[in-house]
Amino acid sequence: MQEILTAAFVLQTFRISIPYLLPSLGAVYSEKGGVVNIALEGMLLSGAFAAIIGIYYTGSVLTGIVCSLLAGIIVSILHGLITITFKANQIVSGIALNIFAFGITKFFCKLIFGSSSNSPRVIGLESWGLPFNPFLLICVLILIITVFAINRTKFGLRLKAVGQNPEAADSLGISVSKMRYMGVIISGALAGLGGAWLALDQHSFTDGMSAGRGYIALAAMIIGKWKPTGAALACLLFGLAESFTLQFQSSGVPTQFIQMLPYLLTIIVLAGFIGKATPPAADGIPYEKKD
Amino acid sequence: MNKITKYIYSAAGPILSIIISLIFGAVLIALIGKNPIDIYTKMFSDTIGNSYGFGQVMFKSTTLIFTGLAAAFAFKAGLFNIGAEGQLTIGAFASAWVGITFVNFPWQIIIPLSLLAAFIGGAFWAGIAGYLKARFGSHEVINTIMLNFIAMALVSYIVNNIYLVPATIHTPEISPESVLLRFDILTGMFKGSPFNLSFPIAIGACILMYLIINKSVLGYRIRTYGFNPFAAEYAKMKSGRIILWSMAVSGGLAGLGGLNFVNGYKHYFELGLSENAGYIGIAVALIARNNPFAIIPVSIFFGILEYGGLTVNTLVPKEIVTIMQGIIILLIIAVTKIFEKKFKVKTV
Repeated sequence: MQEILTAAFVLQTFRISIPYLLPSLGAVYSEKGGVVNIALEGMLLSGAFAAIIGIYYTGSVLTGIVCSLLAGIIVSILHGLITITFKANQIVSGIALNIFAFGITKFFCKLIFGSSSNSPRVIGLESWGLPFNPFLLICVLILIITVFAINRTKFGLRLKAVGQNPEAADSLGISVSKMRYMGVIISGALAGLGGAWLALDQHSFTDGMSAGRGYIALAAMIIGKWKPTGAALACLLFGLAESFTLQFQSSGVPTQFIQMLPYLLTIIVLAGFIGKATPPAADGIPYEKKD
Repeated sequence: MNKITKYIYSAAGPILSIIISLIFGAVLIALIGKNPIDIYTKMFSDTIGNSYGFGQVMFKSTTLIFTGLAAAFAFKAGLFNIGAEGQLTIGAFASAWVGITFVNFPWQIIIPLSLLAAFIGGAFWAGIAGYLKARFGSHEVINTIMLNFIAMALVSYIVNNIYLVPATIHTPEISPESVLLRFDILTGMFKGSPFNLSFPIAIGACILMYLIINKSVLGYRIRTYGFNPFAAEYAKMKSGRIILWSMAVSGGLAGLGGLNFVNGYKHYFELGLSENAGYIGIAVALIARNNPFAIIPVSIFFGILEYGGLTVNTLVPKEIVTIMQGIIILLIIAVTKIFEKKFKVKTV
């Protein structure tokens, strides 16, 4: 047991959980507002690539982070445009954006760095250890803000209203489109930031480096029953499980089974075996105003 | 509104989307200082302009026909199967397992057996999502995504621990009897390309889908349910069964796509063989409007794009094609919606 509770283990768990946590909290905003966000994967990937580009050209980590936020936001605006403005299918849009992001990051990686599979090494985050790891502190802060914003503010109430019953919200004078755009854009920013963490942690970009994390983040949000704290706990659980396998690779538990865990849990939760998991009533349905 | 106008509107959206994405691709090509016309010319002359290139295109299209049919079949029932990636993987593995295991069987037996294994493998995998939807009402979109990842992990475990050829990521070879021959061996055409007998099977699958959907009782139920689930319930149709069957057949079609790679090309199962074909299949179905015969030319178009990207890779990063694929899908769903609104037409 002592082996587990070392600072290195805890740090590693957080290291793995952060790129799940940020997009997962993002997904809460997007889905509470009624927009399914499968594009998280593409947003993470774009964020990671933009961070590396930012650092490569300016040598500043901060610029990299700003770039990653912008990249996530750009992809999210595209998602909003297609699904909120044009009211097209949210799932198809998400898949298309993931394909698009995968292609465009590789394309520019090849153009800028001469290889479509990886960038050169750049400065990233040196290990600052616990508890002063700024990224970790930011994550905790974002979690607290999210819990507060969703549950205790006018913004949160309106966001939930357009996700639950857009007709009613509309009739009360709340702009459904505006609220949904806000939800999607926040999710893009957070996913982009998650990408920045991936890039900074690895000090480089590799093609497809998001490696399904966007989907895991989505799964965590479902397991957390569309609630920020629930999502955060699920992310931590996944991080813990992965960290555990890394620590005890000879323990006999095949890594593939740990990899399956988040997905299996999601299916079980969705089937209603662990309490009831109900998405917002209008989640996934574009809002068409009735004349 | 007559039928012809409807068809024109239905075709206009996809064609417009393809044109815009070609223009976008041209802008990207120009941005990196190459002449778009030269690149596109090379792309097309190296794909449909010579028999090797055309064989490569047809090989890539074959998988897309299967995954396109899979998406279309589920769409007909109003269901969303985005798990073709995982179903294809399971189907491919099942077929490889048959080929590795029953080495003494003659081709007359092992080929049908391989087909059956690929179909059942995919059908079982999609059937899980169908069952969960029918029994617990859980959404098939999330479940099929989750099952994709579970399939990858599961197959990776089995390959790594039971069937691995050391220093590779693939299984041993299947028996020669279970090989679906290449057309270059059979006819001397398409020299050196992996275009193989999976293609006629794919065409057969298109016909099969047409017959099931349009001429069978199951198809009638599927269409009714897809059109209006409540009406289907009202007509005393068992919606649970319709969901389960639609998903299973859809998954089976995706599973058959595994034959193209395993039995037709490499003759072994390799991790990661699906290469996004499952997702591109959704685009194929959308453009083809779920029409099983329209899926053939649309798949060939995507095949040209995919192989075309490889032919110009030394001049332009081949990912330009991936970008264009993404844009086509985005445009198609947006343009369709805009058309519906502007011209008040329900497209077919």
